[in-house]
Amino acid sequence: MPEQLVFAMEVFLNGLMAGVLYALVALGFVLIYKASGIFNYAQGVMALFSALTLVGIMEGQVPFAHLINAIFGTEIHHFGWHVPALLAILFTMAVMVGLAWVVNKLIFRHLVNQEPIILFMATIGLAYFLEGFGDIMWGADIKKLDVGLPQGINTWIDESTFNIFDYGFFIDNLDIVATVVAALLVTALVIFAQYTKQGRAMRAVADDHQAALSVGISLNFIWVMVWSVAGFVALVAGIMWGTKSGVQFSLSLIALKALPVLMLGGFTSIPGAIVGGLIIGVGEKLFEFAIGPLVGGATENWFAYVLALIFLVFRPQGLFGEKIIERV
Amino acid sequence: MKMKLMTVAVAAMMAAGPALADLTIVDTSYRTGPYAANGIPFSDGYQDYFTLLNERDGGIGGEMVNIVECETGYNTEKGVECYEATKGEGALVYQPLSTGITYQLIPKATSDGIPLHTMGYGRTSAKNGAVFKYVFNYPANYWDGASLAVTHILDQNGGDVNGKKIALVYHNSAYGKEPIRTLEELAKKHGFELSLLPVDHPGQEQKSQWLQIRREKPDYVLMWGWGVMNQVAIQEAVNIRFPMENFIGIWWSGSENDVKAAGDKANGYKALTFHNLGSDYPVYADIQKHVVDAGKAAGAGDQVGTVLYNRGMYAAMLAAEAIKTAQEMHGTAAITSAQMRDGMENLEMTEAKMAGIGLPGFGPEFKVSCENHGGNGFGAVSQWDAAAGEFKLITEYFQSDQDVIMPLVEEDSSAFAAENGIEAGC
Repeated sequence: MPEQLVFAMEVFLNGLMAGVLYALVALGFVLIYKASGIFNYAQGVMALFSALTLVGIMEGQVPFAHLINAIFGTEIHHFGWHVPALLAILFTMAVMVGLAWVVNKLIFRHLVNQEPIILFMATIGLAYFLEGFGDIMWGADIKKLDVGLPQGINTWIDESTFNIFDYGFFIDNLDIVATVVAALLVTALVIFAQYTKQGRAMRAVADDHQAALSVGISLNFIWVMVWSVAGFVALVAGIMWGTKSGVQFSLSLIALKALPVLMLGGFTSIPGAIVGGLIIGVGEKLFEFAIGPLVGGATENWFAYVLALIFLVFRPQGLFGEKIIERV
Repeated sequence: MKMKLMTVAVAAMMAAGPALADLTIVDTSYRTGPYAANGIPFSDGYQDYFTLLNERDGGIGGEMVNIVECETGYNTEKGVECYEATKGEGALVYQPLSTGITYQLIPKATSDGIPLHTMGYGRTSAKNGAVFKYVFNYPANYWDGASLAVTHILDQNGGDVNGKKIALVYHNSAYGKEPIRTLEELAKKHGFELSLLPVDHPGQEQKSQWLQIRREKPDYVLMWGWGVMNQVAIQEAVNIRFPMENFIGIWWSGSENDVKAAGDKANGYKALTFHNLGSDYPVYADIQKHVVDAGKAAGAGDQVGTVLYNRGMYAAMLAAEAIKTAQEMHGTAAITSAQMRDGMENLEMTEAKMAGIGLPGFGPEFKVSCENHGGNGFGAVSQWDAAAGEFKLITEYFQSDQDVIMPLVEEDSSAFAAENGIEAGC
């Protein structure tokens, strides 16, 4: 087999894996948009905040330590204990549910039936607030996140492909874990949205707030529930990306990777986020591999958006998005 | 009665306001945003050194230093806003700590007569003081960095790198592209094969670049990164089992922040530096006593001795020494920004001077002149010791290839002078 074809196969597989990581971020956007029609600008910051909280709890870090020390002249930083990863994830999830409740109570319940642009702007404010709040709460230093996920080259794939192609493929163990987690997450979310009472209520709220209210669906409950689930998805994304690069404030920028995925997959489809992620991941990696060297490289960021725009021309609602028809 | 009230109000305002010191130093810091983890230690070191001088020595030459901090968020627009908002306070010198902000400030600061010190970043050809009269980039610049890395590789290979493959992984920005021209010249001179691998901002996803490195198997990888790009690159290098001792970062890719996320496997990673590391210097005892323990530290006091804290402190020390030089030259303690420029242009850092400050061997010796605002291009190589949790210097200070760099400086600065109608001269 030609060497370049073998390399392209490796790039293709890595593109799929990268796509899954993009999709994990995009899923949070989809959930909230699907339930409330809000494009949640704060989703990337939620991933950052959840990862910061997870590391803080695991390491026994005192929240707001710098603030407390500055006000009271104390020197406290750590409680002196370490919390196991699973327990810390549960505590973090509780914090994210609390955050969902506060966000709904203080912001979105006051904005029911407002224009989408108002809701969008509210999420921009939320993003900036949450970023600053996370900084004050946990500090701005880069934190190593180790919840026990494997990292580095998968030797089995390396050796197996070497036996076949005389060239071992590089696949990161962390990417394999992310793929399995994403598959489970999407399956669970699809089942939840399609087959449970709360899931159907969520879809009803998304279609028409007032109609949903008139049949007895609690808008507050549904919104808190959806923001909590989006918080959980943000936590999963935060764990995967935070394990790769350490937990730091640039984690919030991973939202940029989700936008072309959403444009391509549609804002309202959970499977669309996954398929969109895979197409973007594979597309950008193969383009960089084939065309990048000819144009000086660094094509991935812009190519992802170009690819999404091409799809938009033919399917404005995205591959799996709901077609919106407004009659005059 | 009204008069009395007004007098009391004015007196109260004067008492409540900041001390009207004559030596104003603006710290354009970034304590928030994606690059805060790097901005905080630099700013802490920068401010703590001036606080030390105020607390221990009563300022510089009897004049207290007034530190004005302005948050840029590592954002070029905010950096320019900071400059415009603070220049009227009598700022003596600006250290933008961003190549993007530096490029914007070069014409403004030159026009306003306020010197810039862009230590190890910014526009490299500002080394030519005959063209860039108000810009200084001593003791080393990016082109020095490129040459120092290649010289180190030459040393590792008995002076012969002919046929070797060197890859440059760089931030796809003006900063990241700075060393390319120099590396191309050095590739011609020494016969190595150079491949360029740009990484788009912010650099969280670098799979394509590291797959390419795995396929092409370069002998060495150089890195010009910043922020998350560094951590991801080092993790990816670990993942593909690239030998860490053959992975060399510029000084902005060589702090504890960059390696800790990758854990023990980052052991052996190398980075360039133009100042020494650690806190085993007499001045640190003074900082601890007069600044940290006295509750006057700029930050939490937990960054003392880290690579970027040392760099910020070194920048402050060089500024303080330039102030002293200016004070001696002009016979006044309360110097102006124009006099500060003179002090910077006549700065000479000797080992005796550094030892006297409490920083023996902390940086290379150099002398600034009108023709040379960039120092002598000396630097060293440090290596990450994961077990000890610190970078350690593994070479003496050595000089970059001035035969390659000086013609490039001349060419680029002449082009700038022609474009901007500047008459070069000393």
